[in-house]
Amino acid sequence: MDFEITQEQKMLVETAGDFAKNEFAPVAQELDRKEEYPMDIWKKASELGLIGAWIPEEYGGAGVGFFGNALITEQFAKIDLGISLIVAGTFGCEAIYWGGTEEQKKKYLPLVAQGKAISAGAFTEPDAGTDVAGARTRAVKDGNDYVINGSKMFITNGNVCKFMIALAITNPENEKKYSKHSLIIVESDRPGVTINKIHGKMGVRASNTSDISFEDVRVPRENLVGAKEGLGFYQAMQFFDTTRIMVSAQGVGLAQGALDKSIEYVKERKAFGAPIASFQITQQKIAEMAIRIEAARNLVYKSAHYLDKGEVDPILNAITKYYAGETAVFCANYAVELHGGYGYIDEYDVQRYYRDAKILQIYEGTKEAEVLTIARRLLA
Amino acid sequence: MNTVVCLKQVPDTETLIKINAEGTGIVTEGVKWVMSPYDEFAVEEALRQKEKAGAGSVTLVSLGPDRVIEAIRTALAMGADTAVHVNDPAFAAKADPYATATVLAAAIKDATYDAIFCGKQAMDDDAGQVASILGELLGLPVVTMVTKLEVSADKKTATVTREVEGGQAIIDVPLPAVLTAQKGLNEPRYASLPGIMKAKKKPVTVKTAADLGVSVEPMTIIKSMTLPPARQAGKKIEGDDSDAKAVALAKALHEEAKLI
Amino acid sequence: MPGILVYAEVQKGEIKKGAFEITSKAKALGGQVSACIIGKGVEGLASQLAKYGADKIYVVDGPEFEKYSTEPFVQALAQVAGMVNPSIIFTSASAQGKDLTPALAARLKVGSISDCVDLTLNGDKVAAKRPIYAGKAYTMVEATGNPQVVSVRPNSFAVVEAAGAGAVEKVAATLDASKIKAVVKSVEIAASEEPDQTEAEIIVSGGRGMKGPENFKMLEDLAHVFGPTATTGASRAAVDAGWRDHSYQVGQTGKTVSPNLYVAAGISGAIQHLAGMGTSKVIVAINKDPEAPIFTKADYGIVDDLFKVLPKLTEEVKKIKG
Repeated sequence: MDFEITQEQKMLVETAGDFAKNEFAPVAQELDRKEEYPMDIWKKASELGLIGAWIPEEYGGAGVGFFGNALITEQFAKIDLGISLIVAGTFGCEAIYWGGTEEQKKKYLPLVAQGKAISAGAFTEPDAGTDVAGARTRAVKDGNDYVINGSKMFITNGNVCKFMIALAITNPENEKKYSKHSLIIVESDRPGVTINKIHGKMGVRASNTSDISFEDVRVPRENLVGAKEGLGFYQAMQFFDTTRIMVSAQGVGLAQGALDKSIEYVKERKAFGAPIASFQITQQKIAEMAIRIEAARNLVYKSAHYLDKGEVDPILNAITKYYAGETAVFCANYAVELHGGYGYIDEYDVQRYYRDAKILQIYEGTKEAEVLTIARRLLA
Repeated sequence: MNTVVCLKQVPDTETLIKINAEGTGIVTEGVKWVMSPYDEFAVEEALRQKEKAGAGSVTLVSLGPDRVIEAIRTALAMGADTAVHVNDPAFAAKADPYATATVLAAAIKDATYDAIFCGKQAMDDDAGQVASILGELLGLPVVTMVTKLEVSADKKTATVTREVEGGQAIIDVPLPAVLTAQKGLNEPRYASLPGIMKAKKKPVTVKTAADLGVSVEPMTIIKSMTLPPARQAGKKIEGDDSDAKAVALAKALHEEAKLI
Repeated sequence: MPGILVYAEVQKGEIKKGAFEITSKAKALGGQVSACIIGKGVEGLASQLAKYGADKIYVVDGPEFEKYSTEPFVQALAQVAGMVNPSIIFTSASAQGKDLTPALAARLKVGSISDCVDLTLNGDKVAAKRPIYAGKAYTMVEATGNPQVVSVRPNSFAVVEAAGAGAVEKVAATLDASKIKAVVKSVEIAASEEPDQTEAEIIVSGGRGMKGPENFKMLEDLAHVFGPTATTGASRAAVDAGWRDHSYQVGQTGKTVSPNLYVAAGISGAIQHLAGMGTSKVIVAINKDPEAPIFTKADYGIVDDLFKVLPKLTEEVKKIKG
């Protein structure tokens, strides 16, 4: 066991932290209000290698691993969770990395690592979220193509992506529920792809979320991830085991940001003639936030460390995701409470953290799904 | 274009400065150390001039203890090529501006360069002297507070814009020269991730007083350090009517503070 | 008693107020006070320094000194220093002084003490108080060399009339041309009559709350009614947003100021800003956010919309000024 981060990782943290502070903070409130995707910031971050940093150098990334990516994510989310989702500009490509052919890796990974494209992962459907294998989108072979029909829901990056990795049934005849699906790369400009932006999200409003429909969308067979049918469910699970840790890093970052803002505030704010930091009830809250954040951070680092070693532990990942989400919601809640009335108005960042935090208990596996994973595996 | 950049590592500008019990220095515990912000402009300018010229090197020179390597690595990650880290406890207590300039001059004297860049002042002692002394010791012209720099194609001269009171002055200066960076000169880049990965492979030479063959004595001595007297919040001018508050303020400035 | 040489900076044909401040201080410290002015056509100004205590005034006058340039000024001042042989040299820590002073000291092979805000004398030894970390702390500093070169922050000392002997001596500068490498081609000074922020007695400063560059006119209007010793300033947020030139920036990455009155409009008061203006004698804060840290430093605070308060304040100040 080694808890030291390297000098490079320390510099990575500094660069990502400075970048977020300088680039996110001044526009976070505005982008949240306008529900606007920070395309300029994504571009700038890409130029610095901050997007797709997990991608190995041979595929155009910085090669800092998922641990390095978690560090970047944490620094970004500390300032603004919505804008931090630019780091998910490679979303879906994790599945190509784990399960794609060499040609697919060479073709797609450099695009997202070098700021040439944003990708999306199209898994969730209007009637199938947690129940991934319940996805009903169909991809039917027709000559050298697949013809895809179906619809997807709550797709991150839908309107801003150049291509997406879509989960579709290719083998309906297969008796095993988990062997009917495949992952297929679908370029967003293909005829028959319709993408609608979802407005009115409670939080992460600077991120893009869409619903997508496929009507007789033709893609060549070479777009089949891994060039083999029927692996989609397992590829999706492996994908989520990766992104779940990144989402957990978002939780740690947001919680830390909420704590930082609270500390700053309680030292300044006076009540009854003293800074509210001097009151024990304030101290209790600050300490509890710090305790949970540290615990959540250690879980994230441990999970990311094992992921980079290729040793994925689904129970650990579920625990990490569950606890990071809980911590974010807990800390955002306390932050609002410590800010009192000011915490409730949008001039102050903590109300945004409060709204943003909730998604961390929903996407990449709801907290209920994480609980199920943990319990089922422990009791199996 | 070959350049030397003098770097100093200082507490982050957000640091809440505390004085140690002896009143001789600041409390360094918990301080986040960063490259002095004006030095970032200096590094950026050196990189831009090198990129513009299409060839050359950027050499960093920094005086300070072990921790200074972090600021050096950051500048290397931004794109500088090599560094000299002068690290010797013998200098620690003596590094006033004159001594610092003397050490830097010794570290620089054998380098080949077309220009030396410094920040216009270090964001800790705010003295703003090292570059001027360095120029004197190396026999080079010095232009301070530079906000714009155009180097001739043959790298023999530069046209420099510097900030002066109420405006700017345009100066022609032969190279090599010492130039100090003022905010506005450029927008420093972030260290990129590939830059960070490359930085660890870049050479950093560590030098001691003996290596440089210099010994220094300070020309200025810090006798004590104190915090400014705490400023108490004064009075809030209350009321519901904006106009009435403005009137009350003007009255207070006139009658109490006697400023009008 | 030490001999003190004061460098009296001339700007736009006038001796600067900061020069009178340090002359007054030199006189108050006792001993022989010499002053030096350098420029073109400045001889007529010399006698003004006698009023504040200069016993002898050295005048270096010539066309080569029309525009300030570091090297010729360093040489001329070093030449005068050689004649006076002072134990202390005072300069003003103005924009020019910050360039000239360290270069002069280096030429004299001594160190200097920059930007002092207070001075005491122990025999011949100066003990100077100067801010560090942009005013977050102070140090007491002594110089070991001879002469002791000290630059003094404008507005640190009062201008006090106390007559000195006032003998004027013209000095023919003998410049070493081989050392004059940098050549000042042109100087562009904005038409504005406003004093520099570091020397202004009143600064009306605006931050993010100003909402845009067009609204700084309101600050200029207020500064204007305060009179010719007032100017405007800006926070880093306003400068970074591109609303105001960096030369207006007050704070740790801008100018450190200590005017008699600092009006902060729509400035929340980041630690770097507070450090840069914390020594102002009176601070006024106008901000609609009652939690803004600036209020913890303000002598007078108004929690309100600055767009409502400022025009009325301008009107009222104008009335009082008559």
